[in-house]
Amino acid sequence: MASNPPSQTIAPSSLPEQWDLVLRPKTGWFDLHLSDLWRYRDLTMLFVWRDFVAQYKQTILGPLWHIIQPLFTTLLFTLVFGRVAKLPTDDLPPMLFYMAGITCWNYFAECLNRSSGTFINNASIFGKVYFPRLCVPVSIVISNIIKFAIQFALFLAMMGFYYAKGEPIRLNSLILLTPVLVLIMAALGLGVGIIVSALTIRYRDLQVLITFGVQLLMYVTPVIYPISMVSEKYRWLVLANPMSAIVETFRYAFLGAGTFDPFNLLYSAVVTLVILFVGIVLFNHVERTFMDTV
Amino acid sequence: MSTVIQVENLCKSYRLGVIGGGTLRADVSRWLAKLRGRPDPTLQIGQEHHARLRGQEFKALQDVSFEVKQGEILGVIGRNGAGKSTLLKVLSRVTAPTSGEVRVKGRIASLLEVGTGFHPELTGRENIFLNGAILGMTKGEIKTKFDEIVDFSGVEDFIDTPVKRYSSGMYVRLAFAVAAHLEPEILIVDEVLAVGDVEFQKKCMGKIEDVSRGGRTVVFVSHNMDAILRMCSRTMLLKGGNILIDGDTRRAVAEYSAMHATQLPVMDLRSATRTSHARMKAKFTEIKMTSSEINSAWGMAYGRPLGFEVTIESECVLSGLELGISLFTATGSEITSNLSSHAFTLKNTEPGTHVFKAVYAGLRLVPGSYCVQLGLRSEAGFEDFIPKACEFEVLTSELSSKHMTDTFRGVLVPDVSYEFK
Repeated sequence: MASNPPSQTIAPSSLPEQWDLVLRPKTGWFDLHLSDLWRYRDLTMLFVWRDFVAQYKQTILGPLWHIIQPLFTTLLFTLVFGRVAKLPTDDLPPMLFYMAGITCWNYFAECLNRSSGTFINNASIFGKVYFPRLCVPVSIVISNIIKFAIQFALFLAMMGFYYAKGEPIRLNSLILLTPVLVLIMAALGLGVGIIVSALTIRYRDLQVLITFGVQLLMYVTPVIYPISMVSEKYRWLVLANPMSAIVETFRYAFLGAGTFDPFNLLYSAVVTLVILFVGIVLFNHVERTFMDTV
Repeated sequence: MSTVIQVENLCKSYRLGVIGGGTLRADVSRWLAKLRGRPDPTLQIGQEHHARLRGQEFKALQDVSFEVKQGEILGVIGRNGAGKSTLLKVLSRVTAPTSGEVRVKGRIASLLEVGTGFHPELTGRENIFLNGAILGMTKGEIKTKFDEIVDFSGVEDFIDTPVKRYSSGMYVRLAFAVAAHLEPEILIVDEVLAVGDVEFQKKCMGKIEDVSRGGRTVVFVSHNMDAILRMCSRTMLLKGGNILIDGDTRRAVAEYSAMHATQLPVMDLRSATRTSHARMKAKFTEIKMTSSEINSAWGMAYGRPLGFEVTIESECVLSGLELGISLFTATGSEITSNLSSHAFTLKNTEPGTHVFKAVYAGLRLVPGSYCVQLGLRSEAGFEDFIPKACEFEVLTSELSSKHMTDTFRGVLVPDVSYEFK
């Protein structure tokens, strides 16, 4: 067999279209090959389906857990923060107030927590076969939408219950923004999650930090208190958190209490886009060689 | 024939020492030391120097260049650590090269392991879809091939049972069946055939041959010289991250076998891996192949009587001592298992060193590599057991070309006569 001509004679770029795939040591930071992700959409959806099916095999209550968990969290919050700590709830029934916050927060936190383990948890598969690694965190975000939908339905049911009891529920046209809110939460959870997943390869400490950090972050988000309660002096701190505007908008849209500030929501969207972009770039950079260090 | 894979000056090195030091503190201290011009504090003192270690780098592949033409089955052989797996990992995009370039035409699918991504809780049917998608098939493709896959695997009756209830054989069969029905232009296969029973292995190899007959390309890594000789027209022998030979399969295999010659003629068994339940009142110390060729300690020409000398050491007087030798193919199927008690019974063996000699006459093993398993028993129970004591090679000879054709299948060549009327 004739050996190849030395590399100098064939400039890698001289015949670019002849080859379907060229593997090089380094590619540009912005060579994201996102079209691959689309080509593997079937795989992404199968991951979604696997997560959902496999999680509840051999459990008795199955997907009912999606209802039980937020319900109990809400009850607990009502008891601890409402009854004991007596935090104000913008004159809303505490149960509804907390559930609105929890529904949003759970979605974001789940997306973040689960996608942050992408590389570590899938190292054995990633080490054996190639597919766009981004399929995994994207599938996590999508499968969590199903859980979000269940919790959201629970929230709506509870709204109906309080409405029937004669509570003033002021649903307004901002509910049309719900898909946008979900999208921002998904993108934000995904963005932060994949940044963390890319960094955990080198710094395992982050994995511990992140579960803990997400818990802390909840207290800088108006989940258990209304933003109106925060003094002017510290309000910027809460608003700097891109999740804050989302939770506030959600609550305002469905329950008519609290504040809605288009500027804050825009800020969230912009921050989210930046984080997501940084995340994808970092993730792509790491996925090429992470098997050598895991 | 057009070139479908072009590898040019491919290098892959791994950083040593740095791996595992994955904490921020180590990174910061390393960075600070660099700033002050001091040596890396996280490096271990007295790290061994190796030919391929340069600084903190291990070069798994050094400047490898080759081409693969469409429809070829390229074999890749080499001892452990020669760089075979690294090459496959780079080709299958699991990891990126350190330098050099790989160019590929057409869809590439790799089979470095069977059943990647199988989920134990899901049923066989569900796993076919999941595994197929992981290997790069679309849902539509899997649907059209579904019946074929199930048929090939032979687990129809259990297709709706979670795979965690499968026997390991069924699991592997199902997993390979999915992979076998991939239709990429290029298929990369690692030693996956080392699993399953002989019957199934045959089926797998047949499938791989079909793939190449269909004009598709296969890169095949194996330790099984049989399979390589039978399937590959061209073979690459790797050593220390370099291509030693790239060309005719017979030549590469012969060279590979000759590499065994550099090994010691006697295998020390004192530190071999053993099963834990052995009493160890008597234990194996050495094994030696007495039928080996002059230039190859663990290689034997086809057709010669196979012989071993096994040395044991006993601590006390033992009664009914017997030696068991089992021969296995490289793919792990047992060929024969024999006890010395079939020939003689030992009574009250004195403590000290003893030697068993075993000669197999008329055992015509097909050229390829084989493993030896040793067991030692006395009336009191198992004394010692070494699942993999040594490996040996049966080399092709003039006799083997007389006794068998290229299409021969199986492990033993029978002495058979035919008549035709």
